[in-house]
Amino acid sequence: MRTPFTLRFLAAMPRSGWIAMGCFAAVTLLLMPALHLFVPESSPFHVSNYAITLGGKIMCYAIVAVAMDLVWGYAGILSLGHGVFFALGGYAFGMYLMREIGTDGSYHSHLPDFMVFLDWKELPWYWAGSDSILWAMILVLAVPAVVAYVFGYFAFRSRIKGVYFSIITQALTFAAMLLFFRNETGFGGNNGFTDFKRILGHDITSPEMRATLFALSALVLMLTLLAGRYLAMSKFGRVLAAIRDAESRVMFIGYNPLHYKLFIWTVSAMLCGIAGALYVPQVGIINPGEMSPANSIEIAIWVAVGGRGTLIGPVIGAGLVNAFKSYFTVAFPEYWLFFLGALFVGVTLWLPEGVVGLWKRIRARVAA
Amino acid sequence: MSMKPIDNDTDNRDGEDGAQVVGHILQPGVDISHKVILYLEEISVSFDGFKALNNLSLAIDAGELRCIIGPNGAGKTTMMDVITGKTRPDSGTCFFGQTLDLTRMTEPEIAHAGIGRKFQKPTIFENHTVFENLELAMKTDKRAWTSLFAWLSQEGRDRIADTLKQIRLDREADRLAGLLSHGQKQWLEIGMLLMQEPQLLLLDEPVAGMTDDETERTGELFKSLAGKHSLVVVEHDMAFIEQLGGKVTVLHEGSVLAEGNLATVQADPRVIEVYLGR
Repeated sequence: MRTPFTLRFLAAMPRSGWIAMGCFAAVTLLLMPALHLFVPESSPFHVSNYAITLGGKIMCYAIVAVAMDLVWGYAGILSLGHGVFFALGGYAFGMYLMREIGTDGSYHSHLPDFMVFLDWKELPWYWAGSDSILWAMILVLAVPAVVAYVFGYFAFRSRIKGVYFSIITQALTFAAMLLFFRNETGFGGNNGFTDFKRILGHDITSPEMRATLFALSALVLMLTLLAGRYLAMSKFGRVLAAIRDAESRVMFIGYNPLHYKLFIWTVSAMLCGIAGALYVPQVGIINPGEMSPANSIEIAIWVAVGGRGTLIGPVIGAGLVNAFKSYFTVAFPEYWLFFLGALFVGVTLWLPEGVVGLWKRIRARVAA
Repeated sequence: MSMKPIDNDTDNRDGEDGAQVVGHILQPGVDISHKVILYLEEISVSFDGFKALNNLSLAIDAGELRCIIGPNGAGKTTMMDVITGKTRPDSGTCFFGQTLDLTRMTEPEIAHAGIGRKFQKPTIFENHTVFENLELAMKTDKRAWTSLFAWLSQEGRDRIADTLKQIRLDREADRLAGLLSHGQKQWLEIGMLLMQEPQLLLLDEPVAGMTDDETERTGELFKSLAGKHSLVVVEHDMAFIEQLGGKVTVLHEGSVLAEGNLATVQADPRVIEVYLGR
C-alpha cells in the first residue's frame, strides 16, 4: 500500500520533534508578539524593540544556516558564497521598500534618493514593477534561483568539487559585492538601501509591523526545517548523502548527480533569498557589505558549530554564534573576528559534529 | 530466436509510483539479436603518451561468463572505464548490443541501459545501512524529481529481502555498511549490482580479500547468474577462474594476447612468457 503523502510527512519527525516545534511556534507566534504589543514598556515582561528585532534577525540567519546545511551537511557541497543569495533576496525586497518611501525621501522625488543624487531622471528598466509587493516577492525567489541555477549548472556539470568549488563561490560573492558597490549598478552603491518607511502602507517601525515580521520569520524558519526534514528523510536525501560519500558509485548505479546537486543548490539559494527579504525590513538597511566573503564564511561557521547534517544544529549554531556576537561586538569589538576564528578551529578540532554531536555524546554517556 | 531481455515485467515494476523504469534517457532493453551483447572494436586509449589500450577488440556473447586476466598495467581497468563511460577512447567503437554506442553515453545513461560495475576497491555507501545501499541501487526511475516523492513498495522490500538472503547479509540489513568486513563489503557491492538488474556485469577483482569459503560461494553465485546475465570478470586468482570455467581472455599491453579456455591459454607460450611464466 502506498502511504499518503501527509502521513509520510508526519513520519519525517519523531514525536518529540513535533512537540518541540509546537512549543517554538507557541512562543514565537503568540507569546513573544503578545508580550511586545500588549504588555506596557514599564513591565519587566515587556519584550523590547531591540529584543524582538534581534530575535527576528537571528531567525533569518537560522533559515540561511538550515539552507546551508542542506547543501553542505547532506550533499557535501561547501559553499562559501551563500551570503550572495541572502543579499540578492534582501536587495530584491529592498527595491520595493525604496519605492514605498514614495515622495517622503529627502529630495521629495518619486525616485529613490540615491538616484536623485546621481542626477538620474527615471528608473532603470530593471526597477520596473518594483512598486508591487507581489513582483518583489517573485524577484526574491527568482533572482537567487536563477543565479544559483546558472552558476551551479556550469560548476556541477564540469564536476568541480571540494575546495575548488568553495573558492569559486567565494569569488562569486566577492564579484557580486564589487558590482553592487558601483553607483552605476543602480542599487545605491556602497550605501545600499535604507531609510525605509512603510510596507503596504503601514509604518515599518510600528510595534505591530515588528511583531508581524518577527512571527513571519519564525514561520518561515519552521517551514524550512520541516521541508529540510522531509528532504533529508526522502529517497532524494539518501541519494544526496550517497553523492557526498561516493559520487562515482552513484553515477554507476544510474543516478545523475548533476540534477540532484542542482536541485538542492537552487532550493538552498531560494531559502537564503527569502531569509534576506525578511531580514532587510527588520534591520532597516541592505548594503553590499552583506556580500563580503567574510559573511559567507560566517554562515559556514554557524553550521559547523551547530553540527552538520542535523538541520536543528545549524539553527542552534546560528543562535549561539550571533548571541555571542551581539555581546562581543559591544564589549570587545576589536576581538570578535579572532574569537570567531578560534571558535571555528576549536569546533573543527574537538567538536567535529558540533553542539548536536556533543549533546549526543553526553546523552550516550549518561545512558551508559 | 532472439534472447529476450532478462525481465519481462520491467514495464510495470514500481508501477504504483507511476514511475517509468528507464525514464526519458533510453528505450528499455538492449538489442542482442546477433547474440552478442558487447563489442569493442579497435579501442585505443592513451594517457600522456602511455598506451593503456592499443587497438583492443573484444566481443562478449549474451549470457556468457568471460574472465579477463593479464599482468598489472595490461589495461583491464581502463577497458572497464571505457565500457562504463568513465574514460572516452581516443579511437575505436564500443557497442552495447547492436544499437547503443557507449562512447557517446554518460555513466548514468550506461547504467540505465543495463551495465553494472563492481570496482576493484569495494565502493559502497558507508554511512547508509546495508538495506539502504540495496534500495538505492534498485532498478527504478532514478531522476531527481521522482526521488523526492519515491516511496518503497512492498514489492521492492521483498526484492531487497531476497537479495539480502542471496548475498547472506540478511542479518546485517540495518547495520551501517561501513562496519562490514571486507568480504561482506564485496558481497554488498555485488548485491547492489544485482538490484540494478543489469544485463552485463563488469566485476573488477570481485574476490580480492575474501576467504576461500567466501570465494567459492561467490563463484557459485556467478555461475548461477550466467545465462540470464552476461558477466565479465577481471581476476588474478587462477583457482577462482578455473572454478568459473568460462572462456578466458588474456590482455597484454592494451590488446588481446590470447583467448580460449583456461587450459589452452595457460599452455600458450606467449602467455607463459609475458604473464604466467614470471
